Amino acid sequence: MIHRIDIRPRDGFEDPHAASVLHHVRELGFNSVTGVKSARLFFLGGDLNETDARRVAQELLIDPVVEQYELAGAAQAQGVIEVHLKPGVMDPVASSTEQAIRDMGLAISSVRTARRYEFAGEIDDEARGVIARRLLANGVIEDVHFESFTPPEVHGKAYEMQIVEAPILGLDDAGLEALSRDGHLFLNLVEMKAIQEYFRRLGREPKDVELEMIAQTWSEHCVHKTFRSDVQVRNSCGEIVEEIHNLIKSTIFAATTELNKPWCISVFQDNAGVIEFDDKHAVCFKVETHNHPSAIEPYGGASTGIGGVIRDPMGTGMGASPVANTDIFCFGPPDMPADDVPKGVLHPRRVMRGVVSGVRDYGNRMGIPTVNGAVYFDEKYLGNPLVFCGTVGLLPRDMCFKAPREGDAVVVIGGRTGRDGIHGATFSSGELTHSHETQFSHAVQIGNAITEKKMLDTLIQARDQGLYTAITDCGAGGLSSAIGEMGEQLGAEVHLDRVPLKYAGLSYAEIWISEAQERMVVSVPRENVDKLLALFASEGVEATVIGAFGTPDRKLRLFYADKLVGELDMSFLHEGLPRPTKDALYDKTESPSPAGPHRNSYNETLLEILSMPNVASKEWIIRQYDHEVQGGSAIKPLVGAACDGPGDAAVIRPVLDSRRGVVISCGMNPRFGELDPYQSALHAVDEALRNAVSVGANLERTAVLDNFCWGNCNKPDRMGALVQAAKACYDAAIAYGVPFVSGKDSLNNEFQTDDGRTISIPPTLLISAISVIDDVAKCVTADAKSPGDYLFVVGRTGGEMGGSHYLLAEGLKTGTDVPPVDLETNLKTMRTIQRAIEAGAIRACHDLSEGGLAVALAEMAFSGGLGAEINLEALPIAPGRSCVSGEQCMLFSESPGRFLVEVSPDQYDVFMRIAKDTPVGELGKFNDTGRIVALGFGAKRLIDLSISEAKAAWQRTFSDY
Amino acid sequence: MATIKALVLRAAGTNCDRETAFALQQAGFTTSREHVFRLMEDPSKLDDAQFLVIPGGFSYGDDIASGKILANQMLHRLSEPLNRFVQAGKLVLGICNGFQVMLKSGLLPWGNVSPDQAHLDATLAWNDVGRFQDRWIHLRADSDKCVFVPKGEVLALPIAHGEGKFIARDASVLERLRTDDQVALRYVDENGAPGPYPINPNGSNDDIAGICDATGRVMGLMPHPERFIDITQHPQWTRRQIKRADGAVFFQRAWDYLNG
Repeated sequence: MIHRIDIRPRDGFEDPHAASVLHHVRELGFNSVTGVKSARLFFLGGDLNETDARRVAQELLIDPVVEQYELAGAAQAQGVIEVHLKPGVMDPVASSTEQAIRDMGLAISSVRTARRYEFAGEIDDEARGVIARRLLANGVIEDVHFESFTPPEVHGKAYEMQIVEAPILGLDDAGLEALSRDGHLFLNLVEMKAIQEYFRRLGREPKDVELEMIAQTWSEHCVHKTFRSDVQVRNSCGEIVEEIHNLIKSTIFAATTELNKPWCISVFQDNAGVIEFDDKHAVCFKVETHNHPSAIEPYGGASTGIGGVIRDPMGTGMGASPVANTDIFCFGPPDMPADDVPKGVLHPRRVMRGVVSGVRDYGNRMGIPTVNGAVYFDEKYLGNPLVFCGTVGLLPRDMCFKAPREGDAVVVIGGRTGRDGIHGATFSSGELTHSHETQFSHAVQIGNAITEKKMLDTLIQARDQGLYTAITDCGAGGLSSAIGEMGEQLGAEVHLDRVPLKYAGLSYAEIWISEAQERMVVSVPRENVDKLLALFASEGVEATVIGAFGTPDRKLRLFYADKLVGELDMSFLHEGLPRPTKDALYDKTESPSPAGPHRNSYNETLLEILSMPNVASKEWIIRQYDHEVQGGSAIKPLVGAACDGPGDAAVIRPVLDSRRGVVISCGMNPRFGELDPYQSALHAVDEALRNAVSVGANLERTAVLDNFCWGNCNKPDRMGALVQAAKACYDAAIAYGVPFVSGKDSLNNEFQTDDGRTISIPPTLLISAISVIDDVAKCVTADAKSPGDYLFVVGRTGGEMGGSHYLLAEGLKTGTDVPPVDLETNLKTMRTIQRAIEAGAIRACHDLSEGGLAVALAEMAFSGGLGAEINLEALPIAPGRSCVSGEQCMLFSESPGRFLVEVSPDQYDVFMRIAKDTPVGELGKFNDTGRIVALGFGAKRLIDLSISEAKAAWQRTFSDY
Repeated sequence: MATIKALVLRAAGTNCDRETAFALQQAGFTTSREHVFRLMEDPSKLDDAQFLVIPGGFSYGDDIASGKILANQMLHRLSEPLNRFVQAGKLVLGICNGFQVMLKSGLLPWGNVSPDQAHLDATLAWNDVGRFQDRWIHLRADSDKCVFVPKGEVLALPIAHGEGKFIARDASVLERLRTDDQVALRYVDENGAPGPYPINPNGSNDDIAGICDATGRVMGLMPHPERFIDITQHPQWTRRQIKRADGAVFFQRAWDYLNG
């Protein structure tokens, strides 16, 4: 018997959820809809009688002050849309509710939940279809019903074991390629041949699970084969101009090795890069992407993205406690007309809302402050939105390394295994097409943050009690990847039928490669197993012994019901992948940007740039994230007199009884990426460091992370851009003395439309920076502090306007003249800023980035509620560059390596002394006029604008989100 | 100095327990963080504590509604020991999710964990803005009897919640709270005057941010005092002199009260 309970607001009480749906329905153009009501639905299965069901509804499910319920279902009404989860999709509320009903002493067999909407006004079936599809439901995980629907109780069909072979020995090239394609292995012919050769040596056909495991281990996502490849670079005439052996080793890794910083504890070998924090602690940092899943199911994709990266620090060393999150997104234009959005692509606005909510709900529930981020918009991200999530962790200095031991039990902890996320690793390594949405719906995972939080709480106790020898997370590739990595040196024996399942019916192969969330693997010495299992049980977290590390021949053996279902050599798995040689092309055509029109006033240009999505306030996102939980927040993402100005970087105190801090920042400029991948990558590093230095980072204790998101690198031009960006990473790291400690790449971010076009994302490199500082109380923020304080620009301005937001605002086509990064000068500039902040000579500091000087000045002024008057004649100009006298360049150039700083009169001499060898221009002063005035040559009033107008322009773009 | 024990209750999804324990220690308390399962197994763990704090977070994911499932556990598994704790003259403070738990279990408004009183007269519903928000707000301490707040002072603290709109079941409940001096904190501007959003950040009835029971010893509030016990936690410490970390006041007053 299933009891259906409909819960809705009591008469006279508001329904904010329905109000928001109505707002969005109108936004879609359905103005004939006059009202929306919403209801939460619960379906209770089991032996409850009506009295019990009423008691559950009244005491548990409703909020009796503001809600009422109806038992046995709502009557049919006009304009109904009900949204139900598809069977087998994770429903966290349902499982919590089951537990709570048991707490009440009642027997329950199943709970399901759903949502119901009733629309008033004119609404036909077609309109309902559009509203359901675009706003309310995601067909990947949810079913829509246009009437009251009560789902039947589902019982998973038991799995009947059948060992499946995947014949490969007799296949020709075409056959091998077909097997790779049809089996969604995403392996190329050379790799398929290596596999064929291996099994020919063994003299048998592979089993399905073996092939799946090899495909996952060898996937681009897991092994980064493009970055580890040899590269042959040609110029546009087809001549070989360069040969590179192991791209990443010769660039990014090389920089870290050469810099050889003693405070780097563990780099590029664990789930996150680890550096020293203080005598007792280390900090680690990892940034991941979750692009493909977020394209298909933004909420689930983004929440499992953040959930996944949180497990990286948790699985670093012996396990770190997460102390901060970051998130950086790239979306298509939010205001794009719906008709222009290609088939198979969700509207960028919907993607953005889903992604933001997903990160919010997971990060907030985990109790990790989300402190830093950025959002970029470009049409090329339409089919491939990018979702970067990062997590900083804190761990004891003496727990930074791990190794499983022979005989240790393989224990899986946390969530149960279901069919979710199968083929995620291989899927994320392939291109998206308009049909992917349906084909790969099973690759989408749904997260349950509380399962992960419980696991974390317990894990840290187990760590501190020394109960395990090694740990790693189940990310892409699931158990296959986790146990495959941990058992690389020892081999392992795993009994797949012992893995706890969400529902019956999974095959051994599905269990092995499932990417169900919130799971980790620990290796536990035999003598600790009982204690560890008891500890996890005491916190309500599942922990299950599923095998043991160590086999005499270092092989991995998989069993189901005591039958051998898979057997692979660890050496083949981890070393058998043929190293490919990639073709790259350097093909740079140079074209200058137009100068842009001379204007009497640049007020309108500035207002336009301030309101551009890339520049405009992201307060609507930031406020939805808890950025203060854990109590360590020292510099927040929003700063200033009204706590709504832009912060350059975040600072936290991860150890509460210490003033020692961690600065977290990022840099990225995809607009430059297409024009000049080398300079673009230098810019990304420069910006990340500039942001960090702006608040008071210590450049000598700063490390960086790389995240490359690129198009299909089998295409030589994409690969050429990747090589250039990787070289720039090396050059910048060496010049600035900042090592890379971790990184990740996501290639193949291309989208095939149904009319055969390919949309590739622009080359996108995110650099994240982390810096350890002695005392957070010395930090500064970007908001202007006092009238009468001096305003200086530090760093040189050049004339190159390629990729600038100014050209975008003027509607002009950009040239390829990306402002070059002067590594030597910029290092001096950053050191000057750092020393001046340490000396207490700077009251406010803001880096110059999108929109250049004019935007930075406006932001400082309106954040502090002050006016400013500056004279641009004092601007230090980079020598030998064109167009330097142009007022447009002076206002809007995006030359890197520049800062605006506020210096009080009593610190003037101190600041000038510190800055004596640095290009510095004294521009003017802050004042209490409430106006920003910028004078050009001949005292021409280039800008004369009230700060309230500037702030309104900056705030209005996302004000209705 | 005397040892006074504060017990910080946690459950799956509690996430402010560490910083809350730290804030208590700074005020002088000896603290322990206890899982609700341990209390359900052995309620006597409450006996040697003088102060019970239910910290913020998303207990059980806020599934069904915020704080509801933990409240349900307290109601069905811990009502007797909790009521004994309150009747013994000890202190209880619920912060954010903890406040939600207190209303939904009956600890507030009338200081009694009981199915007859739980979650009937007041609730914390979705913010008027319809979503979670993190921002700093000002509060005016309005209760004389509430142990934790300095009446008449204006305090700055952060909020971080989705469901924080205080709603009384009807006018008579509000009237009773006011008459009995149970309205401990109201959202105000920096000068102590009430105002619309964002001064009242969630649309709470009568700008109520926190209430206490009739004794003044049991209190719940939406803002987070544990997030302002150091000057550098304030959002404007880089632009002006911050004289006091206002959140520390709550824990200090509890200590002073218990230290007699």
